[in-house]
Amino acid sequence: MTEFSVYCQLGGTDRRFWGLMAWLAIPLVLGAAAFLYIEHYGHIATGMDNQIVWGLPHVFAVFLIVAAIGALNVAMAASVFGKADYEPVAPLSALVSMALLVGGLALLMLDLARVDRMMVAMTHLNTSSIFALRAVLYNGFLASVAVYLWFLLERRMNRYVKAAAIVALFWQLLLATGTGLMFGAMVARAAYDSVLLVPVFIAFSAAYGTAVFILVLLAACRWDSRPIAEELLRRLKNVLAICVGASLYCAALFYFSKYYVARSHDVGQFLLFDGGVYTALLWLGQVAIGGIAPLALLMRSQVSRRTVAAAAGLVVLGGLAQVYVTVIGGQAYPQILFPGMIETSSFFDGEVHPYKPSLAEALFGLGGVGLAVAVIAVALRALALLPERLDQMTRPQA
Amino acid sequence: MSTNEESGISRRGFLAISSATLGGVMLAPGVRLIEVASARVPEQAASKQVRWGLLIDTDKCATGCDDCVKACATENGIKDTGHPRTDAQWIRKVELKDGRSGRTHSVPVMCQHCERPPCVAVCPTGASFKRADGIVLVDRHTCIGCRYCMMACPYKARSIVFQDVTDQKPEVPRGKGCVEGCTLCVHRVDQDRQPACVEACAKAGHNAMTFGNLNDPQSEIAQRVAKFSTSRIRADLKLDPGVHYQGL
Repeated sequence: MTEFSVYCQLGGTDRRFWGLMAWLAIPLVLGAAAFLYIEHYGHIATGMDNQIVWGLPHVFAVFLIVAAIGALNVAMAASVFGKADYEPVAPLSALVSMALLVGGLALLMLDLARVDRMMVAMTHLNTSSIFALRAVLYNGFLASVAVYLWFLLERRMNRYVKAAAIVALFWQLLLATGTGLMFGAMVARAAYDSVLLVPVFIAFSAAYGTAVFILVLLAACRWDSRPIAEELLRRLKNVLAICVGASLYCAALFYFSKYYVARSHDVGQFLLFDGGVYTALLWLGQVAIGGIAPLALLMRSQVSRRTVAAAAGLVVLGGLAQVYVTVIGGQAYPQILFPGMIETSSFFDGEVHPYKPSLAEALFGLGGVGLAVAVIAVALRALALLPERLDQMTRPQA
Repeated sequence: MSTNEESGISRRGFLAISSATLGGVMLAPGVRLIEVASARVPEQAASKQVRWGLLIDTDKCATGCDDCVKACATENGIKDTGHPRTDAQWIRKVELKDGRSGRTHSVPVMCQHCERPPCVAVCPTGASFKRADGIVLVDRHTCIGCRYCMMACPYKARSIVFQDVTDQKPEVPRGKGCVEGCTLCVHRVDQDRQPACVEACAKAGHNAMTFGNLNDPQSEIAQRVAKFSTSRIRADLKLDPGVHYQGL
C-alpha cells in the first residue's frame, strides 16, 4: 500500500504571515515607485544610454527567467524520470518556476521604453523574431507548468501527470534554447555571437534554479519547523554540486572559445583580463563566489541545512554576477565596425562604454525579485503545496 | 437601330467611342502624372525595382568636416541636449587610423539599409521594417522601445529617444521611448530629392556622397560601384548593406 504525504499550507498566525507580507511589500512598493518614476521621465532616469541599452532591470529579469527554467528540474526529475525522492517537493518546484518567470517577465515588460504600448506587443507578433517567439514560449511554459501542477494536485488527473510533465519538459527545453539563442544569435556583439550560449544557459539555469528552489524549500520548512529527510537534503546537495560543476565547465568552455578563436580573441581578453569591473565580477563573482566556494561547501561529507543554504545563496550571488557580466559587459565592449583600425567618434565608437546604474533602476529590478518571492509566499499560504513532513519518503497526496 | 443608321453611327461604333472616351478620361491623369514627376505619389507603393543606396568616397571626405551630420540634425529636428551619451545620432563621423600603416580615414556612418537587416529580423512587433525600395525604417506607432534592434544592429546605427521631444519637424515625427535611425531622408527621397547629408556634402564642394538607385545601371551610383573597388562595413556578416565605401 502506498503511503501518501499530507500537504498543508504555510502555517503560523495571520499576524506572522502579514508581517512577512509587510516586509515583502517594501521591495514591491519601492519597485513600483521606481517603475512609475522611470515611466514618467523616460529612460533618462536610468544609467542606460545609446551604448548600454539594456541595464540592471534586464540583469534581474534574465536571472529570474534563467532560474525559472531550472527551478522546474526537481519536478521533472520526479515526474518524467521517476525519481521518487523528489515527488513530495514537485509541486513546490513547479510553483517556484512559475513565480520566478512571472517576476522576470514583469520586469522585461515594464522595462519597455513604451510600456503604454504593451497591447501592441501582444497583438503584433513578428514571427521571425526570437524575442517575439520567446513571448510565445513564456506563455506556453507558464501554461504547461500550470497544467502539470493542476494534474499533480488533482486526484482525478494524477494519471496524466507524466504526460503533462513531458509537455512541460519540452517547453522548458524550448524556452532555455530560445533564451540562449537570443544572445547567441546576436552576431552584432562580439561577446555573444555563439550558439554555445544555448547549452551554457541550460547549465546556468540548472544551477540557479536548483539554488533558488533549495532556498525556498529551506525557508518554507524553517517557517513551519517542518522536518526534512537527510536523504532528500543529501540528494539536493549533490544535484546542486553537479549543476554548479557543469556551469563552471560550460563557462570555461565558452570563455576559452572566445579567447582562443582569433576573431573573438579581443573580447575574450577583455572579459577575462582587461574588463575592470566585468573581469572582477567574472572571476570573483561568477567563478569564486558562485562556483568554487559553493562547490567546496557542497563537497563536504556532512549534510546540514545551513551549509546547503549557504551554498545555494552563493550560487545565486554568483549567478547575478554572471548575468551582469553577460548583459552589461557584453554591451560595454565596443562594436568593432572596421577590424584592424582604431576608431573614434562622437558616438563613442571604439571605446569601452561606462555604465552606472541609477537607484531607480536598481529598486525597479529588486521589485521584480520581490514580486517573485511574494507570489511564492502567497501561493504557499493559500494552497497546500508542501507536505507537512519531508522526512517520510512518500508520494504526494492527491 | 434604324435611328442610329440614319444618324450615321452604329450601336457598335457608339459603344467603341464611348469606351475610348471613358478610358481616356480615366487613364489620362495617371499618364500625365507619370510625365510630370518621377517622384512617387503618396498612394503609390515603393517599388522593388529600386534599391536606394549611398556611395561614400572616403578620399573626398574631409577630416573634421561634419556638414553631413549637421544637415541631418537640422533636417530631422535632432537637437543637442548636452548629454552626448543619450542624445540620438543618426549619422556620425568615425575617424579611423590603420593600426599598422597609420593611414587615416574619416567616414560618415549611418544606418546601412541592409538587404537582410538584423533589426527587422529581431523586432518583436515588426515596427522595424524594410520598404520595397530598400529603405529601413521604424514604425513609430508600433515601436515598443524594447531596444532589441539596437542590440542586434552591427553598425550601432540606432538611437532611442530618452527624453520628451519638442519642436518636432512635421515630416519627421519623433517621440520619447521610440527607437530611431537614419531614414535616408525618406520624406525627401519620395519627393525626388536627395538626402540632406548628400546635399550638404555637395554644397560644401566635397561631393564625397553619391545617392541613387543601385538597381539602375544608368545611375551614377551604380556605374561608380561597377567601376571602382568599393567595400561595405562588416561585409563578413553578409547583410548586403546599401551603403558602399570607396577608398577604404
